[in-house]
Amino acid sequence: MSPNLLYSTEEQDLRASVRDLLTDRCPPERVLELCEEGGTGDPALWHTLATQLGATSLNVPDELGGQGASVREVAVVAEELGRFVAPVPFLGSAVLATSALLGCRAGEHRDAVLAEVAAGNRTATLVVPLSSCVGGSFPTAVRAREGRLSGSVRTVAEGAGADCLIVPAGGAEGPELYVVDATESGVTVDAVTSFDITRPVSDVDLEDVAGVRIAGPDLAATVLEDAVRTGAGVLASEQVGVAEWCLDSTVEYLKQRYQFGRALASYQALKHRLADLWYELVVARAAARYAADQLATAGDDAPVAVGVAQSLCARVARHAAEECVQLHGGIGMTWEHPAHLYLKRAKADEIALGSPSAHHGVLGPLVDLHPAP
Amino acid sequence: MSESVADTVELDAEGLRSRTREFLASNDPATTDRGEFLRARFDAGLAWVHYPEGLGGLGAPRALQPVVDAELEAAGAPDNEPSRIGIGLGMAAPTILAFGTEEQKQGFLRPLWTGEEVWCQLFSEPGAGSDLASVGTRAERKGDGWRVTGQKVWTSSAHNARWAILLARTDPDAPKHKGMSYFVCDMTDPGVEVRPLRQITGEAEFNEVFLSDAWIPDSNRLGEVGEGWRVAQTTLMNERVAIGGRPMPREGGMSGVVADTWRKRPEGADAATYDRLMALWVEAEALRLAGKRLGQQLAAGSPGPEGSAMKLGFARLSQELSGLELELLGQEGLRYDDWSLRRPETVNFTGRTAGYRYLRAKGNSIEGGTSEVLRNIIAERVLGLPAEARADKDVPWKDLPR
Repeated sequence: MSPNLLYSTEEQDLRASVRDLLTDRCPPERVLELCEEGGTGDPALWHTLATQLGATSLNVPDELGGQGASVREVAVVAEELGRFVAPVPFLGSAVLATSALLGCRAGEHRDAVLAEVAAGNRTATLVVPLSSCVGGSFPTAVRAREGRLSGSVRTVAEGAGADCLIVPAGGAEGPELYVVDATESGVTVDAVTSFDITRPVSDVDLEDVAGVRIAGPDLAATVLEDAVRTGAGVLASEQVGVAEWCLDSTVEYLKQRYQFGRALASYQALKHRLADLWYELVVARAAARYAADQLATAGDDAPVAVGVAQSLCARVARHAAEECVQLHGGIGMTWEHPAHLYLKRAKADEIALGSPSAHHGVLGPLVDLHPAP
Repeated sequence: MSESVADTVELDAEGLRSRTREFLASNDPATTDRGEFLRARFDAGLAWVHYPEGLGGLGAPRALQPVVDAELEAAGAPDNEPSRIGIGLGMAAPTILAFGTEEQKQGFLRPLWTGEEVWCQLFSEPGAGSDLASVGTRAERKGDGWRVTGQKVWTSSAHNARWAILLARTDPDAPKHKGMSYFVCDMTDPGVEVRPLRQITGEAEFNEVFLSDAWIPDSNRLGEVGEGWRVAQTTLMNERVAIGGRPMPREGGMSGVVADTWRKRPEGADAATYDRLMALWVEAEALRLAGKRLGQQLAAGSPGPEGSAMKLGFARLSQELSGLELELLGQEGLRYDDWSLRRPETVNFTGRTAGYRYLRAKGNSIEGGTSEVLRNIIAERVLGLPAEARADKDVPWKDLPR
């Protein structure tokens, strides 16, 4: 079947609800204010997203309290959250951790945690560096011995507010995945100063901590790879949202800003730069939609689709944010104007879940384009 | 006229399929002369099914044409070599259909479609490129026709063409957009001289056409006198549809050519060129997906403005990719196959050698609307930015600086 690259009616409805909520509760001034308060994000908004809109349970099966939708819908929410640079732990909890949990075999503990995370009662995160890319070797920074975990992982997405940690660990027989309660003794989650002030990162240290194993050596590596891939594919949609805000706000600004007796938007040099951004957004959106569709349908082409989407959308969002700052002139350089929130998000997103060149290196061999010897 | 075909045939895929099979049963492609077969296909309404009955179509949805084409191809039927008559099919025909008299439609469309008569387009001039509405070729009324004098340029197929669609100035005293008329010009008229225009590739894909008192009967005018610009808009809109609309497989264009070159481990392959190759390959794939998405929007009845992005991206990628390929080839990239003047019947952007492809790609951001004009269109019509200041709209054409 041909992949649907458009937004379905249901997806458009979902987008409208998320956008309404964020327009009301997450305007740029509010985001800036929250970030100044110390980077803990907006727990109340997160709670509303989870409980009223069900944004944390979209692709979770019905029997676990989810909505039985797919990554396509998850990606639509990510796009809107990107448009508002909303400071909520969606990527860490509803995408990365939830994907990992979904990939594991059903079991009492996994099901219970997944249901709680989907319901928004608990927030989870996947304990890997946010810069992790598909195609990497399984991380062994954390070691597991007889159900006890020790080790440190730096720069984990949105770790500080997480109630439960999904931890990849090197066990005696190979890769394993554990669920660790953040309140367990021996767990330290240090919020570090994040470059992207709307997405906190933390260093996680585990010292002889009790965990519950949810995947063993037969499955753990695949689960982690799939979760990181899904994260990268959904992040591409977030980047589309970021880029779209940057283009829209720059267009609006240039229309109302007058210099030399003319609207800045009437200068051809600037019009052409905006037209180029629009072109980039058109191709980025097509790539992001294809990736979301392939992930949703577990398509054979998903690894290629994600590599294409992530390497392209990362560049497009970063370029849009850089142009946004430049074309806003002096005001774009101020703390007061939200452009910097988007620049920081876009630049961090370019590194998150694999940089464009890292993705090129993974994607190439999949399409019979191997690196030079 | 006899009863309408639509009364007897369902205009859905199944109806067209059976109609095509019936046609094949009574016109065996193996034993029928090619020209005769194509004329019969036209008369059966299977040429372009979305055209009206009697003009090669059945008034069926355009999206059903592939059903007919697939049946005919499977039966080994000859086609009308669309790549050889692209201007006729893509530009002249829709304009004749929209603005032609009954007599013009009946006379021109059949031999146009079968390829018996090749068409070319006399629009651009040395002084009227992006600003097409400033054309200066003059058509002066003489009795029951027009005498036309001027110079046209970038005319592909002019040396093979029987007919041309021509935009000429009939009223120099009117503002530029209001003083033009649109004609069908007989390319065999003694006042028409075609000279090859050699381009940077060495070949002459295009021509210059010199018109010296060329005669056009008034019966070959399309649309009203002074209405030429409106008629030309129809032609140009169809040109954009023709450029933007094709679905492509992955690596279907220049990216596939360059990817294959990379796979042969050329001399210039290194880590830096690899990253460039992958970035371009990714963008080409995303542009392909954007084209597919555009097609889905059209099919859903909500065409977006994304079409103008397609050509912009296509031009940029062809140029970047073909440039990269030359570097990959190293010393091979220092050679060129042949600079001698050739006159190709069709053009293939991904044909010949890497050097040719690099040079030919330079035209992609110029022909059919420059990338700069496209950016203006996107900025103004899609993003709603203010239009460029215009000093030429209300001034008589003859008073404009040139």
